[in-house]
Amino acid sequence: MSVLTWTYILVGITFSLYIGIAIWSKASSTKDFYVAGGGVSPIANGMATAADWMSAASFISMAGIISFSGYDGAVYLMGWTGGYVLLALLLAPYLRKFGKFTVPDFIGDRYYSNKARVVAVICALLVSFTYVAGQMRGVGIVFSRFLEVDIDTGVFIGMAIVLFYAVLGGMKGITYTQVAQYCVLIFAFMVPAIFISFQMTGNPIPQLGFGSELSDGSGMYLLDKLDGLNVELGFNEYTDNTKSMLDIFAITLALMVGTAGLPHVIVRFFTVKKVKDARKSAGIALLLIVILYSTAPAVAAFARTNLIDSLSGIYYLDVPNWFKTWESTGLISFVDLNLDGIINYSANINTNELIVDKDIMVLANPEIANLPNWVIALVAAGGLAAALSTAAGLLLVISASVSHDLIKKVINPKITEKGELLAARLSAFGAVLVAGYFGINPPGFVAAVVALAFGLAAASFFPAIILGIFYKKMNKEGAVSGMIAGTLLMLFYMCKYKLGWFDAVIPSKSDWWFGISPEGFGSLAMCVNFIVSLVVSKFTKPTPEHIKLLVEKIRIPSGVGEVNNSH
Amino acid sequence: MSKNATKYWKTNVKYVSILLFIWFIVSFGAGIIFKEELDVITVGGFKLGFWFAQQGSMYLFVIIIFVYIFLMNKLDKKHGFDE
Repeated sequence: MSVLTWTYILVGITFSLYIGIAIWSKASSTKDFYVAGGGVSPIANGMATAADWMSAASFISMAGIISFSGYDGAVYLMGWTGGYVLLALLLAPYLRKFGKFTVPDFIGDRYYSNKARVVAVICALLVSFTYVAGQMRGVGIVFSRFLEVDIDTGVFIGMAIVLFYAVLGGMKGITYTQVAQYCVLIFAFMVPAIFISFQMTGNPIPQLGFGSELSDGSGMYLLDKLDGLNVELGFNEYTDNTKSMLDIFAITLALMVGTAGLPHVIVRFFTVKKVKDARKSAGIALLLIVILYSTAPAVAAFARTNLIDSLSGIYYLDVPNWFKTWESTGLISFVDLNLDGIINYSANINTNELIVDKDIMVLANPEIANLPNWVIALVAAGGLAAALSTAAGLLLVISASVSHDLIKKVINPKITEKGELLAARLSAFGAVLVAGYFGINPPGFVAAVVALAFGLAAASFFPAIILGIFYKKMNKEGAVSGMIAGTLLMLFYMCKYKLGWFDAVIPSKSDWWFGISPEGFGSLAMCVNFIVSLVVSKFTKPTPEHIKLLVEKIRIPSGVGEVNNSH
Repeated sequence: MSKNATKYWKTNVKYVSILLFIWFIVSFGAGIIFKEELDVITVGGFKLGFWFAQQGSMYLFVIIIFVYIFLMNKLDKKHGFDE
């Protein structure tokens, strides 16, 4: 059977599965809609968190990015996993004990102020919309590559599916579809990786094959060979850094803290029953994420060695078949600058004749390794699972921010349960439309927005939540001014140095403050938030006693149920 | 806060501080700050600093969380805060 037939079959089966789950787990109350009734088992929640977390970018692009950046790619690996340690140790258990529905809920109650709540809602919406814009585009791209439809049609199909299970099932529907999506995406990622590792090194475990000798009889270690190939072509050694170590430090920290401050990740810990379960599901989520994240750098190294070996210095007429297949997608192309018919791959942009898109490292892998057609189709289903699960999680945060934090808590506190549930469904509907619009008409800065989302999460929420739990004396004036200062500073830096809005051209690297890139600036903006919060809190009214009591209760797990059930 | 609760909280903060110290050392320490020094040592085909940055730190993160879960479950029981 052809790849396309297999793709239709596998995508069809997985989509019917998601829809079936959505119908089975229809939300019947706001508690169902926002936090899946609060009774999700820690294992299911861990799986859902992992699927929610791993987006189309993790699945398709990350290995490719590492492949081209070598050691530097570690910022994503450490950044996007290390944040879970912060989540598990500093946030998840306490937020679960607090036991409300959203992050602005916590900020609003802990800082006894609706102003703080509104600031938090604005930050949550900023973070989630910047993030979801990239996801919807990702859904469209995956559809267009594998099902041979155009990107816009892909976005529409994606919108329809997400709309169906997010509007109908709310968090409950999303959680259980994410459990299924995790299984699909991890299987789809691991199968080709295991095959390729075995082919190249004789070791079926990619994490070990990555550090093994090549099985081509040369007795050379894979990474040594790759270092050599890179240097030969004029690139940096694969295992060496190209960015400055300070910048690598800053980016890693910003991504870690940003991860721990992303509302769509935090909210997952409101869905389990007990504090104990919140800790446990953070551990399970990270374990499940690391399965993919520790495989990605191995895939990256295999793919790069393969790419150079099979293309560099080869006559164009002799290229392998997969090159011809992927050439038509524009993801890989050969421009014969010196007209010698040989592919000259080089770090020098003036003589380089091979242009490779990073995504091809995962997408074309099964073909490069001569795997059967069903494996190629499986990668398509996996990519779609990754994109859809993340988009759905983000949409839920957006709808909860509007219907719960704004309508119920600020605009119309008297709204009935039924009314709020309807408002939640309508805002989910609205959010899908807005996200779809961005998917079809992506703002020019899509590449920048994901880094922006992490920087913003690091600069806004993280300090306010940590101080709210660990520092009883933190008051509303401190927290609000810290959040505003951190967010504005981050936005300013991003607009100036990433988007170049304030100058005729984007300012050069030498203008960066302390040599820190916009991607890493979240760590600095976070420090500013902490300092502003602490200083302002020293000079303003102390925290009221009942709030101190609330913090004391949050710190202790027992006492069945929530801190305060009367919401 | 009751005496029992204060003691519970202090122990919790102690565990968290120690574990976050390890978290920092295995990632920012071994994977970034001391990467070059560690790269002199090789384990199989891996330079050690590179291995920490792209593999080891992540495995240790998982272990850190599970150690925390184990310690806290024990602490909850000891102080009678088990749910």
